[in-house]
Amino acid sequence: MTYLSDTFALAGRLIKHNLRSVDTIITVVLMPIMMLLLMVYLFGSAMKIEGFSHADYVNYVLPGILLMTIATGSAYTALRIFTDKTSGMFDRFKSLLISKSAVMNGQAVASVIFLMISTLIVPAVGFLVGFRSDATLGEWALVILLLFGAALAITWITAPFALMMSSIDGASAFSYIILLFLFISSAFVPAAGMPKLIRGFAENQPMTHIIQAVRSLMNSQPIGDHGWIAAAWIIGITIVFAFLSSWMAKRV
Amino acid sequence: MRYVGLTTIGGNHITTIINVQNIQKSFKKQTVLKDVSLSVTEGTVYALLGANGSGKTTLLKIITGLLKQDAGITSIKNWDANKNARAMQQLFSYSAQASTVDDILTGFENLVLIAKLRHIQNPKQVANDLLTEFKLTDAANKRAAAYSGGMRRRLDLAMSLVGNPEIVFLDEPTTGLDPASRNDLWDSIRKLKKAGKTIFLTTQYLKEADLLADEIGFLRDGEIVETGTPAQMKRLAGPDKLQLSFKTETEQLQAASHLSGFDLQTVNDVTLTVKLPDTVQTVMTILTILQGAEIKPDSFQVTSPTLDDVFMQLTKGA
Ligand SMILES: Nc1ncnc2c1ncn2[C@@H]1O[C@H](COP(=O)(O)OP(=O)(O)OP(=O)(O)O)[C@@H](O)[C@H]1O
Ligand SMILES: [Mg+2]
Repeated sequence: MTYLSDTFALAGRLIKHNLRSVDTIITVVLMPIMMLLLMVYLFGSAMKIEGFSHADYVNYVLPGILLMTIATGSAYTALRIFTDKTSGMFDRFKSLLISKSAVMNGQAVASVIFLMISTLIVPAVGFLVGFRSDATLGEWALVILLLFGAALAITWITAPFALMMSSIDGASAFSYIILLFLFISSAFVPAAGMPKLIRGFAENQPMTHIIQAVRSLMNSQPIGDHGWIAAAWIIGITIVFAFLSSWMAKRV
Repeated sequence: MRYVGLTTIGGNHITTIINVQNIQKSFKKQTVLKDVSLSVTEGTVYALLGANGSGKTTLLKIITGLLKQDAGITSIKNWDANKNARAMQQLFSYSAQASTVDDILTGFENLVLIAKLRHIQNPKQVANDLLTEFKLTDAANKRAAAYSGGMRRRLDLAMSLVGNPEIVFLDEPTTGLDPASRNDLWDSIRKLKKAGKTIFLTTQYLKEADLLADEIGFLRDGEIVETGTPAQMKRLAGPDKLQLSFKTETEQLQAASHLSGFDLQTVNDVTLTVKLPDTVQTVMTILTILQGAEIKPDSFQVTSPTLDDVFMQLTKGA
């Protein structure tokens, strides 16, 4: 299976990049952690959320913060893809006798690992500021699976954008769009309180389903329809954008 | 009967290894390659010479299958780049303009990565051998970001040689290097040629083409406007010249009148140049005439045209 070994050789290179620049991980987790602290200590007391006491606001907001970490981290995914495209690295790889899709898949594998490492630092901070969970091991496993899925989908949705852009700033700007989706979701406040027009969007967009599912699992509550809708979005986005990226990568 | 890619000259087989026919390429409205044809003989160095933006990189990418042409055919060892890309890729390596080494990896890791992607049996052994060959052993475990320009280029070339490809494509291998590093790299390229490899390089440096190439193709306005050996190219710029300097203007004028049968040019009050249709014979004749007239030049010098003169000639002939 040279296809797999090519993918892992290429991913291994990028994982080294990530491990050797610890500052990128710090940059990625810093904003979500600041946000978490702000939410908990500044705005938390003003939030009235059904089913969550003031002290429990951290339990409400943590899933959104985890998704925020993935969103900010995806800027580095875009950056790595863009740099490889413009530095001639893609050309060097493509001139070798390797599977063409291994180049983008290597990027994706490294990106998901990077995003997961960053994301799993945040709950530790959450715990320090009062996050508690009585979720079972099985529920935690599903949480990690969902976050993994979110990291995968966001990686692939970022890739074509990074391939398309003509500047580094443009390439990483896509993460702002993902952040925007996050703010217009139930990440920080329930969608129920939003203006009618926005509310319809906020309640039905994929980010909300992922966050609701993660939140229910973390708090050991029934997950409802959110689980499978989130999974369907993740799988759909991954398939469509993985194909799109591979198709585009052959043409840059 | 016609053998594709095989010509017999004086009993020696000369095999065409790279064949490019009538390549056309435009980016949107800009036509970069109008109609490019060339062929490269196995085991030789071909230098594609051209100014900035003349389309050297574009042509190289088309030959290596990284970019699709609008029209025309390219083949390597009779493998068509569009139909047999994979068979073709085993034969060559491509080193892009502005060396593509991974800055964050060490030199050793860069080589191991390429060796793994080329599916070579013992990547670490290959990496170490190449590090030794390119005098990078001391820097093997340093990140490439810490390398000097010359070291980066050597690493880049070493990466191109992983898996021992028959053909090496080098896009402007010495651009931006200091003279000493450039000489080093030229030596490495000569060694590759001695080892029997075919080398296709692009350059803006006429001297580089002159020193390394068996054949030069001059790319301008989307076409190969001239092609030939360095010597043939230089002949295009005209014959050798004899430059004569005298102590006084009077002597110079006297000499000029004695040599009125030649193609003369006055450089300044004391200096003349004479075009030499036949270098040795004409120089002897001129010196004999001057001796007969008892005029002794202060100094003299024979100059051959450089590729720079060819460059000027071909560029102004646009
Ligand atoms: N992908 C592309 N899209 C649009 N235009 C391009 C593209 N690649 C090259 N060009 C244009 O084609 C022309 C030739 O470019 P190319 O890079 O082949 O030249 P070059 O001879 O390699 O130049 P240099 O010496 O600067 O490397 C340039 O005008 C360039 O702007
Ligand atoms: Mg170029």
